Amino acid sequence: MTKRYPGVVANKDVELIVLPSEVHAVVGENGAGKSTLMKIIYGMVRPDEGTISINGQPAAFRSPKEAIDAGIGMVHQHFMLADNLTVLENVVLGSEPRSGLEIDFDSAADRIKELGESYGLHLNPSQRVEALSVGERQRVEIIKVLYRGAKILILDEPTAVLVPHEVDELFDSIRELTNEGQTVIFISHKLDEVLSIADRITVMRAGRTVGTTTPAEVDAGELAEMMIGSELPSPETRESTVQEEVLLNVADLSLLSGEGRPLLTGVSFQVRKGEIVGVAGVEGNGQGSLVDSIIGLAPAATGEITLLGESLSHLPARDRRGAGLGLIPEDRHRQGLLLPSPLWENAALGHQYQEPFANGIWIDKKGSRRQTEEIVRRFAVKTPNVDVPATALSGGNQQKLVVGREIVADPAVLIAAQPTRGIDIGAQAAVWEELKAARASGMGILLISADLEELIGLSDTIHVLFEGRFVARLNPSEVTPEILGSYMTGAGQEKAS
Amino acid sequence: MKSGRLLTAVVAPLVALIIAFGIAALALLLVGIDPIQAYKEMITFGTSTASLIITVNDAVPLFVSALAVAVGFKMGLFNIGVEGAYLLAALIGAYVGALYSITPVLHILSILVVCASVGALWALIPALLKVKRGVHEVISTIMLNFIAFSLSAWLFLNVLKAETSGLTIATDLIPETGWIPSLNGVLGWFGIEPRAGADLHGFLVMAIVLGIVYHYLVNKSRFGYDLRASGINPSAANASGVDPKNMVVKTMLISGGLAGLVGVSQLLGFYHQYPQDFPGGYGFAGIAVALLGRNHAVGMAFGAVLFGFMNRASLILDLKDVPKEIVTIIQGIVVLAVVIVYEVISRYVQRRTVAAAARATEADEVGAGAAA
Repeated sequence: MTKRYPGVVANKDVELIVLPSEVHAVVGENGAGKSTLMKIIYGMVRPDEGTISINGQPAAFRSPKEAIDAGIGMVHQHFMLADNLTVLENVVLGSEPRSGLEIDFDSAADRIKELGESYGLHLNPSQRVEALSVGERQRVEIIKVLYRGAKILILDEPTAVLVPHEVDELFDSIRELTNEGQTVIFISHKLDEVLSIADRITVMRAGRTVGTTTPAEVDAGELAEMMIGSELPSPETRESTVQEEVLLNVADLSLLSGEGRPLLTGVSFQVRKGEIVGVAGVEGNGQGSLVDSIIGLAPAATGEITLLGESLSHLPARDRRGAGLGLIPEDRHRQGLLLPSPLWENAALGHQYQEPFANGIWIDKKGSRRQTEEIVRRFAVKTPNVDVPATALSGGNQQKLVVGREIVADPAVLIAAQPTRGIDIGAQAAVWEELKAARASGMGILLISADLEELIGLSDTIHVLFEGRFVARLNPSEVTPEILGSYMTGAGQEKAS
Repeated sequence: MKSGRLLTAVVAPLVALIIAFGIAALALLLVGIDPIQAYKEMITFGTSTASLIITVNDAVPLFVSALAVAVGFKMGLFNIGVEGAYLLAALIGAYVGALYSITPVLHILSILVVCASVGALWALIPALLKVKRGVHEVISTIMLNFIAFSLSAWLFLNVLKAETSGLTIATDLIPETGWIPSLNGVLGWFGIEPRAGADLHGFLVMAIVLGIVYHYLVNKSRFGYDLRASGINPSAANASGVDPKNMVVKTMLISGGLAGLVGVSQLLGFYHQYPQDFPGGYGFAGIAVALLGRNHAVGMAFGAVLFGFMNRASLILDLKDVPKEIVTIIQGIVVLAVVIVYEVISRYVQRRTVAAAARATEADEVGAGAAA
């Protein structure tokens, strides 16, 4: 099966065989194509090539409705529940049982209780969803799917939002489900969980299925190697440009969520002149919080942040940028671009208070356009001119524009979050070259990436972020993907130096 | 690019107008009236000198009201509270202005400052509610309208109205130093003699100045950049260093300040006091004009004149036994049609630009990468 998006091939020659009544895990890094594959199976996206068959019958779903009718159910990573309705109302929403004109809530409530008892998914149907814990909400989602008669359940990163004992409960329920004849497709990138729950495991990498194995055949390290690819480039032996001078000093940075859950705990590190400091970690372990806290978008963060000897801790984001911080945001569409605006206005974003983009209280259109043309030329952004809206560019060219505007602004320290995510190989290489050149010229770079090849190839030091803490500091010239993978999934914690 | 802008700026409203008048013509036919005849009457009556002057007088407050709404629209902030704000501001401005007499220009300016301040302070309430408590401004400004109506009615009848018992209930007359002179003299240079009682209000000049200031503020200044960025993509604006709360407060203050000036044209150009029947409705109509003009100063000026013209021209319809409400229907359809036609055309233009950009750069982006 193959699926192409403009600019990228999201799935290529994917093969997935799921047996009845098994727990089949699909693992892979972010962007490996897991979500696309699931969307195809669930009828949200149609493949360009290839087929799906269920019990030997070919199936081509045009919508999730058709997939549901065929017995496929999906529990999304982000719950789709109406908080102000009860469990019962949420479950029947969209497939209300009727008796005459009325909704037959009683029979639905009985059915929910029955489902709950047979699968260990205990819920009170009359409770409001807003009062439920995250684990209970997930149970509502699973019941919702079962209620619609699903025989094959797709669970998309079901443990990402759960605390450990909820994970255990979920796993018990999954075992109940398969004992009763249901089939579960379990998507994850947490290797230890996959190894404990799955009957068989299919690994995806860069849009392809690499192979299928079983927990008996592999350990976490081997699985990580399959996910990441064993042919990692050996880090080039290049001249270190790291200088003594500390540009950015972060001490004891902590952040709590609105509900008091720790997002970051006691993070300390330094970025020196000419140094690339890499941050490795599985998505959702505090990367976003780390970036927000440093750039000034998380006012609740505590700890000390010093740039060039000046404390940033109490400055708003604009002043932190002015003091010499740059940011390549992890999601260019969400945080990096004004899609309907012309390129020159996009090039000014984040620098709209500085020359050459501004002149006193005015935006300097001429200066902005000149600067944008400079960025377009130097970073080989393919565009007819600087007046086209950013949305007209391909993803790779948009990213080159974002990277270009931050590097051209010449910050003391650049925070580069996923700088090459979702762009093609050519653009990726160009971005890497620019980051290397910036490092050589003395810029300090904090590189946060899910791409281990990128981290190992570029960084001078790698910190591993796990559950909001820096759990290890590694030397990229010595680290192997196995070691990095085990630290990232928390397995290597006891070995931490 | 150029042709794209022309399409969206000129063709969209024209098409919308044709659609609106077409639908209204059908409505007229249904009730057995010849639409051509009705439109002819409207145009003949509406283009007389007196009608045109009244049209412009009506367009001025509509335009200022549209500016007040548009500045919020630009950052995705919906200030529905212009109606309440301008009535309250006009009342207090009238009262304060009648308390003293100083040199003419200063007197006028001081009343303007009072009106703008009242409007800004009134808008500060929903701004703070939004920033501190997360109350959506649409809810709070709608509610505050009713509070403003009741508050100004109470203030008017119990505190601010004149002691003298004349035929009309009103505040004290503002001394002549606080009156804005009419532009009849300017019309005279062109050989136009307005008939008595149809003066061209002098606030027109200030409305034009406000329009220019609005244009530069929104499209050319750093503040305007932050404003537009916040409207297009709030998280990107935030990441670029724009403080969203700060922007909400500043924008609402500007919007409220402009709202406070909506009633000034009539107040200082015609009534010179706040009567019980001070004209209302400009605040709500301003929302429609802002939509019609796509938040662009020139577009809104056209929109305001169009609405003013239709308001005036509709008066002839009653005399000809045509329900003048047909004009209200047309106004409503115009706004709906503009929104729809604009969307259709801008999608078309965007598709064309994207295709052109793709052609210019060629398809070179096929890699084996994966979409996130």
